Amino acid sequence: MNAPAVKHKIRIATTSLAGCFGCNMSFLDIDERILALLDLAEFDRSPITDIKHCGPCDVGIVEGGVCNAENVHVLREFRANCKILVAIGACAVNGGLPAQRNHLVLRDILEEVYHTEPGIGHGGIPNDPELPLPLNQVHPIHEVVKVDYFLPGCPPPADAIWKFLTDLIAGRTPQLGHGLLRYD
Amino acid sequence: MPEPLATIVAAVTDKHNRDGTRLMQILREVQEGYGWLPPAAITAIARAIDWPRARVESTAGFYSFFHTRPLGRYRVLWSDNITDRMLGNMDLMNAMCQKLWLEPGRVSEDGLVSVDTTSCTGMCDQGPAVLVNYRAIPAMTAEKVERMTELIRKQVPIADWPPEWFLIQDNLRRADVLLNNDMAPGVALAACFARGPADSVEAASNERSWREGVQAHTQGPSATLDEIKKSNLRGRGGAGFTTGVKWEACRHAPGTTRYVVCNADEGEPGTFKDRVLLTRQADLVFEGMTIAAYVVGAGKGFLYLRGEYRYLLEPLNAVLDRRRQQGLLGCGIGGQAGFDFDIEVHLGAGAYVCGEESALIESLEGKRGVPRNRPPYPVTHGFLNQPTIVNNVETFAAAALIALKGGDWYRAIGTAKSAGTKLLSVSGDCERPGIYEYPFGVAVAQVLADCGAANAQAVQISGPSGICLADNEFERRIAFEDIPTAGAFMVFDHGRDMFEVARNFTHFFAHESCGFCTPCRVGTSLLKNLMDKIAQGHGTQYDLNEIYKLNQLLQMAAHCGLGHTACHPLFDTLEKFRPAYQRRLKTLEFEPAFDLDAALSQARQMTGRDDAAAHLGAAEEIAK
Amino acid sequence: MTSQTFTIDGREVPFEAGQTVMQAALTAGVFIPHLCYHPEFKPHGSCKLCTVMVNGRPATSCTLPAAAGMEVASNTPEILDKRRMLLQMLLVEGNHFCPSCEKSGQCKLQALGYELGVMTPHFTHFYPDRPVDASHHDVLLDFNRCILCELCIRASAEVDRKNVFALSGRGLKKHLIVNAESGRLADTDFALTDKAAQVCPVGVILPKRRGFAVPIGKRRFDEKPISAHVAEFAPVAPAKQGEGR
Repeated sequence: MNAPAVKHKIRIATTSLAGCFGCNMSFLDIDERILALLDLAEFDRSPITDIKHCGPCDVGIVEGGVCNAENVHVLREFRANCKILVAIGACAVNGGLPAQRNHLVLRDILEEVYHTEPGIGHGGIPNDPELPLPLNQVHPIHEVVKVDYFLPGCPPPADAIWKFLTDLIAGRTPQLGHGLLRYD
Repeated sequence: MPEPLATIVAAVTDKHNRDGTRLMQILREVQEGYGWLPPAAITAIARAIDWPRARVESTAGFYSFFHTRPLGRYRVLWSDNITDRMLGNMDLMNAMCQKLWLEPGRVSEDGLVSVDTTSCTGMCDQGPAVLVNYRAIPAMTAEKVERMTELIRKQVPIADWPPEWFLIQDNLRRADVLLNNDMAPGVALAACFARGPADSVEAASNERSWREGVQAHTQGPSATLDEIKKSNLRGRGGAGFTTGVKWEACRHAPGTTRYVVCNADEGEPGTFKDRVLLTRQADLVFEGMTIAAYVVGAGKGFLYLRGEYRYLLEPLNAVLDRRRQQGLLGCGIGGQAGFDFDIEVHLGAGAYVCGEESALIESLEGKRGVPRNRPPYPVTHGFLNQPTIVNNVETFAAAALIALKGGDWYRAIGTAKSAGTKLLSVSGDCERPGIYEYPFGVAVAQVLADCGAANAQAVQISGPSGICLADNEFERRIAFEDIPTAGAFMVFDHGRDMFEVARNFTHFFAHESCGFCTPCRVGTSLLKNLMDKIAQGHGTQYDLNEIYKLNQLLQMAAHCGLGHTACHPLFDTLEKFRPAYQRRLKTLEFEPAFDLDAALSQARQMTGRDDAAAHLGAAEEIAK
Repeated sequence: MTSQTFTIDGREVPFEAGQTVMQAALTAGVFIPHLCYHPEFKPHGSCKLCTVMVNGRPATSCTLPAAAGMEVASNTPEILDKRRMLLQMLLVEGNHFCPSCEKSGQCKLQALGYELGVMTPHFTHFYPDRPVDASHHDVLLDFNRCILCELCIRASAEVDRKNVFALSGRGLKKHLIVNAESGRLADTDFALTDKAAQVCPVGVILPKRRGFAVPIGKRRFDEKPISAHVAEFAPVAPAKQGEGR
């Protein structure tokens, strides 16, 4: 028998853009299987590692849609560094909940929040250069960069994430099937 | 002040016998009287014709020329065919908007005027053209724009505008048997009546025609049908179905009555030959329709005139009136007992899809112009589910000539497979745009030479749904066996950007999709957006691949010809003028679907920021 | 009378005279994806999900009369790919946010997405502005999810005899309207008991005060995929294809 090839661990980065981190949480719901995953993979930027910028990776997993300029920068960094980019969850796939503001004009939203509504608005619309500007509309990530795979769900069940990743790591095109593929 | 709405609705609906199938005419006449169609008008009309209100609103909402919100006492619509663009319509429209302090598509704050674009109005040989309150004005100039805005500002009624503005030229450049014809009204009909059994080669069955039970003169119709069949006349609307076969099928179809419909919904951009035929040869067209009625046994005919040709309504009605007085319409036409037939002009209201025959019939019935599922076909289940023939204006004109001079005579003209002549509407980059009638088989190069197009790089034949020929294909011939056409012939010289031509056509299809089926409703708008993305310098190979994919889907799954052909102009130009696309591509990589930096515009404005972080450059710039 | 047959993907399917390809297929237990087809209504042919190849040519199976000896191809990679594109078109045309939709789990658009493995809407979203109509006491209309199948229009006209619904606009601007000068459902004679209230395949016409009644995991298409529901879509009685549209 031939000796097994030197094990190259898959390097994975994850992030959340205009999302709720629910997909990242669902990822953790794979429970003890994460130990098996760690035999096959290591983590770059992710909530687990506290790495601030994504470096060269095999797989980038992006949760959340694109709602502001910072989202665009992070997404582009992921695209530039990850060989395979995955949109995970409803928001990354179709904008999700944040995109339900899309029928409103951003100008009116800012006006309403910071000028008309009593309470938080008295300082006017924040204009600190440190704050990322919101985009006129929220977009799913495939409208901003090329995306290789999509894993819908709000969030996708842990079993779906596990199936998806193990397929991907094994070099198979991920197939979810009934019950694991869901949009809610 | 307009008359009270209720009075107008009552008068109009009474005039139309409160008949719902006449809804298109009712809506138009109420709108002409009141200026627009407010919700109360829809309710009142629905009540008068005893239709559900929602169905009346449904029809009103389908057609571009009906408005259920006020769009100004003056509504200026700029024809936006590519030929109008080439003649500078956009600059003129923008100048007009500037003078009127308007944005295109918006109504002025005082409610006086709105300015917008509309699909090709059929004045390509004398553009740029406008419709003002649906009246055609060709050959717009900067000076006319200046004067027109003055007249609008001073609220001068359109009836008092310079009458010469409304003159439409025929621009007849080459005439053959059809346009040279000077037959007196009724002569072709008389020839039909005179045809006896001896002339008949294979007597067509007569048993189901209107003359059931009528013994005398029973051979005339079948003998006339034989001449039509002998002539090998094929439909001139583009599809080329054999006219004799269609007439015979209708004649044999069971039904309580039959209808003859003339399709003058000449909506294919670049086509205007029916306008000239109806101006110069209306009698020939009506005579052809009457002959068709004689052959199939129809009692009623409609000429479906596109809304853009509103100005032809009164002249055509005058011709019909005269023909009634001459005994060529009405009861016992030409003294033939039982031959009762009359024609009515039905005006459309701005919907290209109504050129499709079953959509046209839906529209005639007062409904949305949505193509029907087929089978059954109109020849068996047409207007009000009765056997109906729908033919092009030019087909009826040719049929009248055939009835007079015989099928053999006609068949000798043209080529072996394409009998007769074809009218071409020539426009674009040439010295002599206008109408050219040729025997079938004429080479494209010959047409180009005749119209004075020395520097052509491409010709779009039969409109956006037709074919785009590059200069190495100009020896090809106009004929069913080579290049079939409904008549449009748009010339583009070497200075023209064929990408922009295709983009204009893509916008046209998205605007005219009826929206019935998913692939066309969504696909034509996706195509439009992809072409705009490429035009704005954000296109990539990915977007070209998307166009190919959409084309395959539309070809396979669209409900009617509009969807099937919506990708033709893109496909032809992509194949033959690929560099026109490629030089616009930003990169071969992926580009966002929208302009990222522009997407920060509102936030920048609201925060007053303009620092570096308030902008989004291209990805490669960020990476540095 | 001897039964005639045609084939779908090589499988023999019997049919009765007057049946469409769709009706015969569903009766035989062969699922063909569809949205605007409904066993109780005249075929419509607008969604095009049921496009098949018949003897090598594309056809709409819900409107195509079955004929002996037809060779119908339905589940080929090429056709499945086109059906996915059609679903993606519908997903970007409206505003389909499943997590916040009461119809989720019982929605045919969603279920077909699962059935065909649609992982992404793919195209660029239009995000149209379609205000909801909450005027009616018992029913909410959320137009964001409308796929323009016209089933409510047909049900209201043919069964309820009320003509509550119709379409207005053209092309991408086509939209559902109701039969009232105010444009509000409350000003029509619509009732929760109407047939038209029962036929929406997506989440447009929703009973009020009854959201998310079935727990996730127990909903119609949670338990088995839409293709396994094929018997529910078969024509109730031997039906004849209606004439025209």
